Amino acid sequence: MDTEKQRKPGLDRVDKEIALKVENLNVYYGEKQALKNINVAIPTHSVTAIIGPSGCGKSTFLRCLNRMNELLPNFRIEGEIIFDGQNIYSKDVDVIDVRQRIGMVFQKPNPFPKSIYENVAYGLRIQGIKKRETLDNIVEGSLKKAAIWEEVKDRLAQPALALSGGQQQRLCIARALAVEPEILLLDEPTSAIDPIATGRIEELLRELEKSYTIVMVTHNMQQAARVSGTTAYFLLGELIEFDATSKIFTNPGDRRTEDYITGRFG
Amino acid sequence: MQNAARIKRRRFNPWADRVFSMIGLAVTALGIVILLALLIDVFMDGFSRLDLDFLTRFPSRHPEKAGIYAAWVGTLWISILTAALAFPIGVAAATYLEEYARKNWLTDLIEINIANLAGVPSIIYGLLGLGIFVRWMDLERSILAGGMTLSLLVLPIIILSSREALRTIPASIREASYALGASKWQTIRNQVLPAAMPGILTGAILALSRALGETAPLITIGALTYVAFLPKNPIGAEFPFFNLDGLMDPFSVLPIQIFNWVSRPQKGFALNAAAAIIVLLAITFCLNAIAVYLRHRSQKKVRW
Repeated sequence: MDTEKQRKPGLDRVDKEIALKVENLNVYYGEKQALKNINVAIPTHSVTAIIGPSGCGKSTFLRCLNRMNELLPNFRIEGEIIFDGQNIYSKDVDVIDVRQRIGMVFQKPNPFPKSIYENVAYGLRIQGIKKRETLDNIVEGSLKKAAIWEEVKDRLAQPALALSGGQQQRLCIARALAVEPEILLLDEPTSAIDPIATGRIEELLRELEKSYTIVMVTHNMQQAARVSGTTAYFLLGELIEFDATSKIFTNPGDRRTEDYITGRFG
Repeated sequence: MQNAARIKRRRFNPWADRVFSMIGLAVTALGIVILLALLIDVFMDGFSRLDLDFLTRFPSRHPEKAGIYAAWVGTLWISILTAALAFPIGVAAATYLEEYARKNWLTDLIEINIANLAGVPSIIYGLLGLGIFVRWMDLERSILAGGMTLSLLVLPIIILSSREALRTIPASIREASYALGASKWQTIRNQVLPAAMPGILTGAILALSRALGETAPLITIGALTYVAFLPKNPIGAEFPFFNLDGLMDPFSVLPIQIFNWVSRPQKGFALNAAAAIIVLLAITFCLNAIAVYLRHRSQKKVRW
């Protein structure tokens, strides 16, 4: 039984296909090591929640998945992240392509200071799509997928920053969906949003997981229990446990996970 | 029921507040009053002298026959040339320093030097322009040399204010752009620069206003004080209808003309100088108005 626990948690415990495979991931900011030897396989078409106390490396891990950490100084990475058969950090992989296929929504909604339409169309324009009709169709489709079309269809030309916080976040989701990613990363997407808007976004995620793979960092354990199918528990830069959500929250395998879940710690 | 704590009496002096705001108001009023007094004096002296003849005549020994034709045309040429040179170079330099350059001791050194350059007396720039543009590049006392010299003068100001404007754009905007798969240049061109443009234009307006009034550097590079001709008209009668040969012509500008007239003893020239000051102010306001309009247009595109 103990040797079971000694095994790298996460690599084998999936029933579905694997969207992202993380192997021996070690991350350093200068001298400080932020992530230690992470091994995990994210299943497709489901919501994977990443939970853990503050400072445990959840956001760092998430940002590794679409190479956003490269924007920070002194960032160093060892290990591989396999997506579609290739290591996304290899030299012959185009980071632009990675970020188009693995999208991200941030904690604080950050729409561009432009109109609602231009926010969603931006991802398409930078790919060179100029035809008005094409843009119109994709913008409408994305806003519908993000369940915000009805609220904004009559004011697409108005500034995005005039929307409420919850609406802005759904707009950011629509913006991310417009470039048709396969994986959607969400970094505490509802922590800055009121509870009713949070509920709508959670509903949206349950709908989206049918067509996308979703990885979501959350501080809110109840949210993880509500929304996700698999959960990963991080602590001090290590992946402690990765399993089906139902198992983690009812019968966690590791003592440290149990301490966090029950509130004895964190 | 008893023992409700007594609300403490105010211990600070409410008069300190009031006295401070009165002093502030008085000082502001003083500045405005002095400026108004100067303006009113100039207008009273010079307004009668302003007419079409004044604007379309060349200087003369007789004050009644003198005009500022060459001077205001020269000012216009120099201003436009300075803006055309300094603005793109300044904004590009600021963008490079803020977005592309790595933060190390070299960029710190450059930043300190640029800040210093913004405070260097303008006559030093005149000497620099004389040595490099007039003598070494053989441009002689032309509008081109004058424009290039003034561009050097205002370049540090534009770079500094543009960098400040770029810094106010939050990192979250850049992150959102990168996360959608934009390259660095796409992010800068489509999100950062448009959002920073109102601030950049404000800095450019201030810099240009400074250039308009500069006299010392232009005298140093050889701007004339008595000019009886105009630089070659860019709109020509023959193909290709547009040329910039006028850039190589000698020139004068309004501040120099004003300075020249103010130094003369005849009362008539003092009136001329007042009238020329009015024209210079008018040109300054017009150029500022154009820049403010541009800033307003770019502000509308950025919907915070």
